[in-house]
Amino acid sequence: MSLLAVEGLTVAFPGNIAVREASFAIAPGETLALVGESGCGKSVTAFSVMRLLAPNARVTAGRILFDGIDLLAMTPAAMREIRGKQISLIQQEPMTSLNPVLSIGAQIAEVIRRHERVTRKAARARVVELLELVRIPDAARRIDDYPHNLSGGMRQRVMIAMAVACGPKLLIADEPTTALDVTTQSQVLDLLDDLRRRLGMAVLLITHDLGVVAQWADRICVMYAGRIVEQAAIGAFFTRPMHPYSRGLLGARVDVGADEHYSLNRLSEIPGSVGSAAGEAGCAFAPRCPLVVPGCRLAVPPLIAQGERAVACPVVI
Amino acid sequence: MRMGRRIAATLKRTALHAGPTVLGIIVLDFLFLQLMPGDAADVIAIEAGAATAETMAMLRERFGLDQPIITQLGNFLSHLVQLDLGHSARFNASVLDIIMTRLPNTVLLMATALSLALLMGIVMGSVMAAWAGKWPDRLLSVVVLLLYSMPGFWVGLMAIVLFSVKLGWLPNDSNMTVGANYTGLAMIADRAVHLVLPALALASFFVAVYSRLVRASMLEVQRQDFMRTAQAKGLHPFFIQLRHALRNALIPVTTVAGMHLGNLLGGAVVVETLFGWPGMGRLALEAVLARDFAVLLGVLLLSSLLVIAANVVIDLLHAWLDPRIGET
Amino acid sequence: MQADKLVDVGSRAASRKGRRLRAFLRNPTFLAGLSILSFFVAIALLAGWLFPTDPQDMVAQPLLWPGDDPAYLLGSDSLGRDVLAQLVYGTRASLMVGVASAAIGLAIGMVVGSAAGYFGGWIDTLLMRLVELFQTTPTFLLVIVIVAIREPSLSTIALAIGLASWPTVARLVRAQFRSLRESDFVMAARSLGYSSTRIIVQEILPNALPPVIVAASVMIANAILTEAGLSFLNMRDPNVISWGGMIGDGRDQLRSAWFLTALPGAAIAAAVLSLNLVGDGLNEILNPRSDDA
Repeated sequence: MSLLAVEGLTVAFPGNIAVREASFAIAPGETLALVGESGCGKSVTAFSVMRLLAPNARVTAGRILFDGIDLLAMTPAAMREIRGKQISLIQQEPMTSLNPVLSIGAQIAEVIRRHERVTRKAARARVVELLELVRIPDAARRIDDYPHNLSGGMRQRVMIAMAVACGPKLLIADEPTTALDVTTQSQVLDLLDDLRRRLGMAVLLITHDLGVVAQWADRICVMYAGRIVEQAAIGAFFTRPMHPYSRGLLGARVDVGADEHYSLNRLSEIPGSVGSAAGEAGCAFAPRCPLVVPGCRLAVPPLIAQGERAVACPVVI
Repeated sequence: MRMGRRIAATLKRTALHAGPTVLGIIVLDFLFLQLMPGDAADVIAIEAGAATAETMAMLRERFGLDQPIITQLGNFLSHLVQLDLGHSARFNASVLDIIMTRLPNTVLLMATALSLALLMGIVMGSVMAAWAGKWPDRLLSVVVLLLYSMPGFWVGLMAIVLFSVKLGWLPNDSNMTVGANYTGLAMIADRAVHLVLPALALASFFVAVYSRLVRASMLEVQRQDFMRTAQAKGLHPFFIQLRHALRNALIPVTTVAGMHLGNLLGGAVVVETLFGWPGMGRLALEAVLARDFAVLLGVLLLSSLLVIAANVVIDLLHAWLDPRIGET
Repeated sequence: MQADKLVDVGSRAASRKGRRLRAFLRNPTFLAGLSILSFFVAIALLAGWLFPTDPQDMVAQPLLWPGDDPAYLLGSDSLGRDVLAQLVYGTRASLMVGVASAAIGLAIGMVVGSAAGYFGGWIDTLLMRLVELFQTTPTFLLVIVIVAIREPSLSTIALAIGLASWPTVARLVRAQFRSLRESDFVMAARSLGYSSTRIIVQEILPNALPPVIVAASVMIANAILTEAGLSFLNMRDPNVISWGGMIGDGRDQLRSAWFLTALPGAAIAAAVLSLNLVGDGLNEILNPRSDDA
């Protein structure tokens, strides 16, 4: 059974539907990458799993099953038991996602003391261990530092320490390295991957960087204008992308050598811009699609399974 | 200890900064003294009933009033260094002594009013932010707008009508029951009930100022990423507001509180007069009525120093709230 | 096609102006404040026509309660003066002092703030020291000292309040100037060799005005409050009726006739409220991003 199964999730904002009928699943210990341009609904999808959407957003349809239980049907109190213990979150901006007026030690200890009955002293010892685990040098001294004393990479390590503190089954990482420079980026992702193996977590990795996906993910979900348009294992995806959008993404990348380093790729290099998910009938990618046929504009193509993978484009199947 | 170092750094910076301000206030004070109608010789002559031109000249020579302005400023400064603010003919005592008997009462009133205003402002502002746009917010917004518009002394008068005249719950005159000679706890209780109405009257306007500020500041904090981080830990919303939001929201509030201290102390003049509170503010008015300008300017000088001192306290509070302050 | 676009840009600018105007008319806070304020202004202007006799005259039986005698709708004070007539004439003193002192404070604050913000360097340091000095000194005490130097007339009181209230404006204008100083249009003006005065007055000041306009309404409101406090303490022109003075006079009858203090205080609160509403409304219209609810 999958650890997390999102079924037909639809999230609406006033005047705009951000996510439409999204379905995907994550197995225990697996890294699933959710990929798409900014505004395609990938962060909204991630935040719905934690039920941390903005107050004006509303889940209008779907289920989110975690260990077989629908998170959307839980009471707020039960949901708080899940957050930080079973599912945790790493956000994009390490500069702003830590509270500037509390020491990093206090912020990590907080999540431990929320979910486990431990003394203040024991929690502090755990925090030092965690800081060592995320490879922060001189952890015992650093514990009383404030976020402004640390670099961006160090802060993101603190965020990771906080996220793994209670041994969650699922870690949601929302563009965890976008704000970091390239060297720091791979260090942080290596660390994340190492911890995933050691702690047996599943990771939902949200990114717009295909290089990151190729190197650290097991499977990929491509989102376009609020819908999932392709799902595949990494190997299959990079050897033969099926959806025209996915092909565009890979076509837009620049090869920098035989070792297939993808980190220069940016998804915005497909001609045209992302269409609005609202209103238009038919496939949202049709206006930009090189393979468009008249039928594309009539009905939304469903996601059709093809063995291990699935794609929402009748033209390529 | 890191905290200790930061506090020391803050103190040092504040002290370095306050020095020139103090000097400026003294010079300003001296200039006002020059502008005042009549000088010390006139005052003595009036007190004595009459004086000849020779006596006046002699008095002026003795007080150094015939010297050039700059020499007089020098004399003024050297007297100040010796804590000599001059002699009050009207009260027949040294100006400093007169003020010092009033100072503690004003400090007590000011500290109480400021704490009250901050406390009520934080509670009301937080409630307004938590229910932004809903009825508790709308209701409190009206209350706050009214408090913001009503003169504090009038709020005091209306409170006297209600609590002293109609209900008879609270006293409205002086800072203690005269002649009761309470001791110990009874004395503290007596002082406290006398403090309620003046402190409320003085605080009313500032409750409004801080409520509005806390509301805006709390709403701003809600948008920050670290609030989502805190939610993602599974913390209770109330705890998040208290520990994560409020502390950040209070940083701009302390800055503004520091800027309003002068206004707060100014408001004490009217409130002290209204409630017969024996503080510096009432002394200032007595000095105006007696045309005793040495006392009036002494009050102005010491009030300004009091504001500077209170600002140091606010700065320390600021440094305690915000770890980014006081580090190099 | 090119010309079409230009026309389009032009009409868009015109419609922006229209939107601004409509924003004023649609903002309930601003409209509520403006209507109360207009009411007070009208009363102040029409005082002589509404009550042709001297409001200081003793016309009625002393200490009539509101409603006792329909001829004196809001009652009479201990000297038998018509409370309503006094309230109407008191509007003049409050508004006059409020507007005059705000004008003085704005003028000083804008000169100091723009000089400090535009020139920076030691001029800025020096001027900001001065600002700090005046902000440290308790405003109300400063006003009392200035009034004590001269005789308490309306003009002295307005001058004193103006002299004590400029620092806030100076800070505000300085902050605006510092952010606008480096903007493209100022750079352009500087490269054309315009004089500093011209750049300050013609280029930066108009762009720095919105927050100053908001501050102006709040300054008038605060000046009315300060004037009321002064008059209450009897530091007032004995020949002019003021709301604060009425409260001071009525204080002796607080136990028996509290309406004598309640009514003028309510008038002050209403006038100050109208100005604060106008200020809040202007703030919502001129700085739309500050709207948080």
